[in-house]
Amino acid sequence: MNPFDLLQETYLSLSANKVRSALTILGIVIGISSVIAMVSIGQGAKAQIQSSIEGLGSNLLTILPGVVQPGRGIVSSGRGSAQTLENKDLPVLDSIEGIESVSPELSRRFQITAGTGNNTNTTVNGVLPTYASVRNLTIAEGTFISESNIHSLGRQVVLGATVATDLFGDTPPLGKTIKINKTNFRIVGLLTKKGGAGFSGPDDMVIVPLTTMQKILAGVDYLSTISISVTDKNRMNEVRDAVSDALLTRHRVAEADFSIISQEDILGTLSQVVDTFTIFLASIAGISLVVGGIGIMNMMLTTVTERTREIGLRKAIGAKRRDINRQFLVEAVALTFIGGFLGVILGWLIAATVTYLGLIQTQVSLMSVLLAFGVSTAIGIIFGYYPAQRAARLNPIDALRYE
Amino acid sequence: MIEIKNITKTYRDGDISFQALDNVSFQIKDGEFVAIMGPSGSGKSTLMHILGALDTPTSGTYLLDGQDVSTLSDNELADIRQDKIGFVFQSFNLLPRTTVLRNVMLPLIYEGVRGEERKRRAEVALRAAGLDATHWSHLSNQLSGGQIQRVAIARALVNNPTLILADEPTGNLDSKTGEIVLSTFQKLNTEHGRTIVLITHEREVAEYAKRIIFIKDGTLVKQL
Ligand SMILES: Nc1ncnc2c1ncn2[C@@H]1O[C@H](COP(=O)(O)OP(=O)(O)OP(=O)(O)O)[C@@H](O)[C@H]1O
Ligand SMILES: [Mg+2]
Repeated sequence: MNPFDLLQETYLSLSANKVRSALTILGIVIGISSVIAMVSIGQGAKAQIQSSIEGLGSNLLTILPGVVQPGRGIVSSGRGSAQTLENKDLPVLDSIEGIESVSPELSRRFQITAGTGNNTNTTVNGVLPTYASVRNLTIAEGTFISESNIHSLGRQVVLGATVATDLFGDTPPLGKTIKINKTNFRIVGLLTKKGGAGFSGPDDMVIVPLTTMQKILAGVDYLSTISISVTDKNRMNEVRDAVSDALLTRHRVAEADFSIISQEDILGTLSQVVDTFTIFLASIAGISLVVGGIGIMNMMLTTVTERTREIGLRKAIGAKRRDINRQFLVEAVALTFIGGFLGVILGWLIAATVTYLGLIQTQVSLMSVLLAFGVSTAIGIIFGYYPAQRAARLNPIDALRYE
Repeated sequence: MIEIKNITKTYRDGDISFQALDNVSFQIKDGEFVAIMGPSGSGKSTLMHILGALDTPTSGTYLLDGQDVSTLSDNELADIRQDKIGFVFQSFNLLPRTTVLRNVMLPLIYEGVRGEERKRRAEVALRAAGLDATHWSHLSNQLSGGQIQRVAIARALVNNPTLILADEPTGNLDSKTGEIVLSTFQKLNTEHGRTIVLITHEREVAEYAKRIIFIKDGTLVKQL
């Protein structure tokens, strides 16, 4: 039997029982589309995390007090570690080669109220003028914190985009006064909106001079973060080691009471989490694919029983075992292939809808589409194999005598 | 040319065995029209399955055109059926929901004959079986019993077989339609020189043949 005739036979017998074929295909469609949708959502989330971390500033090293283990989050070292970074740590960094600029920061959450009566609870970040360049921030309106603001313990504040709208709505906030922890601050600048994922974004914070933050708002002289931008991406490791050595010497400790985290560390950890989650979701979707496969097998076994006499007749007029075997196998594969095709379309539609609703920027990769076709065809072969064998092995006489 | 020598067939079902054919021998020459007659359960269908290479005998030899068929494998038997034998059964002859033309072409499809040639040969066979061209594109469930049997005869003819085997082809038909089908067989034999073996338990049906072989309880009782 040539391939064209085989396809024609397949078409004739599948269309002879349209409802049953359609329901069986539906099982595969659901399985494939959920796998495609889950994987594309996972990959989209990963890409989004990557771009928002890269948006924080490339070539960035972050020094945190206490010990952070990559892949496990922040582990408290159990000796009041949050206070191990101080202003006195800064001068030792000046002599290290490869550092472009250093940005010491102290952040706390405070209640902020505006003259309008609106109030919000957000992160207040005490910084130096270097902060803007180290963190890739741009000013939409007004100016950033200046050197003279630092020296004069100035009461100036720069607002992130979200905070600005929360406090002032549509009225322009520049020049107005807000109260942070009962102290008045004048708004001198607004940050450009960054958008993107809601986590650790610069939109939801306000910026004040570091000296004002330490002496007036928080009343402490330690730092919560030191960010360092490195001149060249290739020198990251070198700079990291030099910074680590300098701080160990200054703190006079053998084991670090601080952590240095690079972009790659954060990226690696978060990607790992997202990957795990994607695999988890895809496996659940995969189970429904197996259920779809069992549906195929069930339908094929029913068809073989129903068509026993037909199989006998075909054998009587010259069909060989392999003809019958192929015919039933191709029927099963045709069902799963059509299911795979429709499943890819449906999965893609689901992913597109998720993107359209603005939940996550999903990505349907060619790889996952090819994989879906491969898997659905494989399911057809695996679950069609046994029924096809059973049909092919039927003895023509028994099949003809079958009532 | 069919030569059967000392054929026996024993069905075994667990401990119980049943001898359906016992030492049957006969010859059928090319171009003959033979009827095999016997009461129900006498082993007629069993004999036809062996003659049609659907089954092999438990012992004895079966020579079809000089070739020993009794020891062939499954696939070799399928080849014999494809090349040399055409079947007409009592019922369930046609694939359901399939056109007349495709039903007749089916043996050629399995043989690998190409599109146009296939169609041409199917049309020749349908004409020889006496089915009107208006029915050729009908589905098999849109035909009368007599028309179904003619389509089955056309399909049995289409691969130019040495032997046409018919197992009670008129069993489901009224006597008038039966006569038409039987005279079609007769015509194929006299005008086209086909070898035909007709199985029946009715004397009137057997009369259409030139020779009658009687079997009873699995043994050959007489030939006329
Ligand atoms: N697969 C089988 N297993 C056991 N016994 C069988 C089998 N097939 C047929 N027989 C027995 O062999 C005997 C001959 O059966 P067969 O079908 O050849 O009879 P028949 O002459 O064609 O009868 P009918 O005119 O009713 O069709 C019967 O007694 C039947 O019960
Ligand atoms: Mg019978």
